[in-house]
Amino acid sequence: MDNDNYLLRMVNIDKSFPGVQALKGVNLNVGYGEVHALVGENGAGKSTLMKCLIGIYSPNGGEIYFDGKKIENYTTAQALQMGISMIHQELSPILYRPIMENLWLGREPINKFGFVDHKQMYKQSLDVLKEIELDEDPRTLMANLTVAKMQMVEIAKAISYNAKLIIMDEPSSALTEHEEEQLFKIIRKLKESGTSVIYISHRLSEIISIADKVTVMRDGRDVGTENIENISLDQIITMMIGRTMDEMYPKLKVNIGEPILQVKNLSHRKYFKNVSFEVRRGEIFGIAGLIGAGRTEVIETIFGIRPKSEGEILINGKPVEINSPRDAIANRMGFLTEDRRATGIFSVLGVDVNMAIPNYDRFVTKFGFVNERAVSESCMKFVNEIQIKTPSLTQKIQNLSGGNQQKVLMARWLMTEPDILFLDEPTRGIDVGAKAEIYKLITMLAAEGKCIVMVSSELPEILGMSDRIMVMHEGRVTAILDNGPDITQEVIMRYATGTENDFKEEYRGIYAKE
Amino acid sequence: MQKNKFSFQNIFEKYGIVFVLILMIVLMSIAKPSFRTMNNFLNILTQSSIYGILALGMTLVIISKGIDLSVGSILGLSAVIAASLGQSMTASNKYFPDMGELPIIIPVIAALLVGSLCGAINGGLIAFTGIPAFIATLGMTTIARGFAYIYTDGKPISTLTPAFKFIGQGKILGIPMPAVIYLIMIIITWVLLNNTRFGKRVYAVGGNINAAEVSGVNVKKMLFLIYTYMGLLAGISAVVSTGRMVSAQPGLAAGYELTAIASTTIGGTSHSGGIGTVWGAVVGALVLAVMRNGMTILGIHSYWQQIVEGLVIIIAVILDMRKNARKK
Repeated sequence: MDNDNYLLRMVNIDKSFPGVQALKGVNLNVGYGEVHALVGENGAGKSTLMKCLIGIYSPNGGEIYFDGKKIENYTTAQALQMGISMIHQELSPILYRPIMENLWLGREPINKFGFVDHKQMYKQSLDVLKEIELDEDPRTLMANLTVAKMQMVEIAKAISYNAKLIIMDEPSSALTEHEEEQLFKIIRKLKESGTSVIYISHRLSEIISIADKVTVMRDGRDVGTENIENISLDQIITMMIGRTMDEMYPKLKVNIGEPILQVKNLSHRKYFKNVSFEVRRGEIFGIAGLIGAGRTEVIETIFGIRPKSEGEILINGKPVEINSPRDAIANRMGFLTEDRRATGIFSVLGVDVNMAIPNYDRFVTKFGFVNERAVSESCMKFVNEIQIKTPSLTQKIQNLSGGNQQKVLMARWLMTEPDILFLDEPTRGIDVGAKAEIYKLITMLAAEGKCIVMVSSELPEILGMSDRIMVMHEGRVTAILDNGPDITQEVIMRYATGTENDFKEEYRGIYAKE
Repeated sequence: MQKNKFSFQNIFEKYGIVFVLILMIVLMSIAKPSFRTMNNFLNILTQSSIYGILALGMTLVIISKGIDLSVGSILGLSAVIAASLGQSMTASNKYFPDMGELPIIIPVIAALLVGSLCGAINGGLIAFTGIPAFIATLGMTTIARGFAYIYTDGKPISTLTPAFKFIGQGKILGIPMPAVIYLIMIIITWVLLNNTRFGKRVYAVGGNINAAEVSGVNVKKMLFLIYTYMGLLAGISAVVSTGRMVSAQPGLAAGYELTAIASTTIGGTSHSGGIGTVWGAVVGALVLAVMRNGMTILGIHSYWQQIVEGLVIIIAVILDMRKNARKK
């Protein structure tokens, strides 16, 4: 292949972390002035690949050619100098400083005395902002801008570096439709001026309308690159998921028993209204919906993390008052949270403490001391039972792979011997092998007679695992469906979007959360 | 995945500060024979006991990702109150002229109560109003100090009972009382941190406060208790300090919070929370004590001592951060 035809060639990129091989021989070629979409499920390796490109990670294998030259061992700053700029999904502006200081951060123009030349900075800022048609005074504080405008400033910054390649990670996730159009206009303009764009998005419909080419990633590999006119949405999705449902979701036949958890007219001041459902012994109850539908908030409210404004919760037919996670645990509930880092693991603490933390009450002697041996034995039992790969019980959990961290957290809640287990995005950000193991575990728990309530943004997961599916739309329940062959992603999306015909919209939802 | 393999590098990383302490002791012993006397070692232990006890509580506070700037002031306030209740009949300016000599337990309990109360107020503010620990305890610093001056009218309280003197200057089995009390508090705090649910939860609160809440840990109660324990230790430290000098004055122990924080930090407790040990705080306190003692014996001026101390604190943290950074 001729290097000169491409602005960027990434060849056979490998990258591994302790416990996971994140990238396996990935290839990515981006032409000059090309908008190249990069898609894939969560954990497919898109972000890792981009971090290798901009110098945050250095790959373990493979070669990168940029603008005809081989590049290696560079820092993010050097990548910027070469013309590779990335607009991160989570923006990190300095909120209480003006736009212009954010734009020129780290390379502020100075005058001959060595002081910052504010006049010059202002003038240059005006020029750049004009280029992207952002009508704001450069002296405006970042904090006063909308998220969309902050993003525009980020793009302006990339342009001001004379970037040849701009990587946009989920740029539209926070934008309104109008703002999105504006973004596309800028992208087209960039393209005309010869700048290439790598566009990462879960919104497949917008990829169709903006990209020239698309590369699909799955499980750390690139599954293929296609011209956008030669491929359909369905084909992209098939490439992304890439496996049959049966292998992934080992559903067992379970005899569903009596109702254990009943929720009646539960409301939250802000997030949802009049939610009612019941979950029965041995049942896996899926909750589906788009981002912001209130799914997580519902189960957080049941678990006492958020205060309810109205409604009733019954366990085994008896009303219970749950005002804190402590009350919920006392009522034999467990809760695997959505964001493992933020609300799950204690990253610098050992596997044992991470598992035992809600359970120390059962491991104390009558003098109030913790019986360490009993803790270790109990932890060891779970390590063996659910095959957690860790060199020792005292290993810091941060050194484990995502999948194993998730298993430790599952063990944490299993140790509390819950009757009702809430799972919020139980397989987010873990690799496929670990996913399948988690599914197996969930199925086994249901077979043991526990109630499982599972919130998930991945529809295949909801469809593959649930006995019944509750769909929410903007804080209201739109359907509770018995799962079966006639329940498809389309059916769920119709309820989740609250519309019947807006088919394209539904892809936004399925993949709209990282 | 990382293997727990035996290597000198690992050992050095984990116990590096102990090697530093041993090295300092060996070098000093070679340089100055007067350093390696039993008397001097007991002296070092006694000197380190007051801020050493504070450092024990500070370890809990810092593991929970907090800070307590007020311990010096709380110590001062507890000390003057204890002293006022512990004066002997022969005292010329008695704080309570009409009161007889009280049994030693009364001033001791008073100091512990005052310390705990101040700590509880700190903990309550931090837990229930959500203001940062830095601010809450900064406020307490001047408030407690102010009360100490009001209580004493700015004058020292002296001529305490022999029992009080014994706490500060007496010996059991040849070991000075302050060292004995320090030792007892080390053991209690060690057990508290390592063998109780409370201890496990201290690490959890500092490690990830949100995850702790979701795991059913009563985070507010934990914060309240952690700062209360810190206050209690300040009260104990106040008793020891008062006994040593057989008097107390309201400006007592100004700046001790910094020495306590320094000891804890030198001992490897991380200000980003979730990491720290009691033995680290003890070693840290001893490092500072040996350093001060050694420099004094070597005839280094106290002004220079301060500079060296500051450098040691900074270097200790740099080394510690490098150790953690490499593991990423």
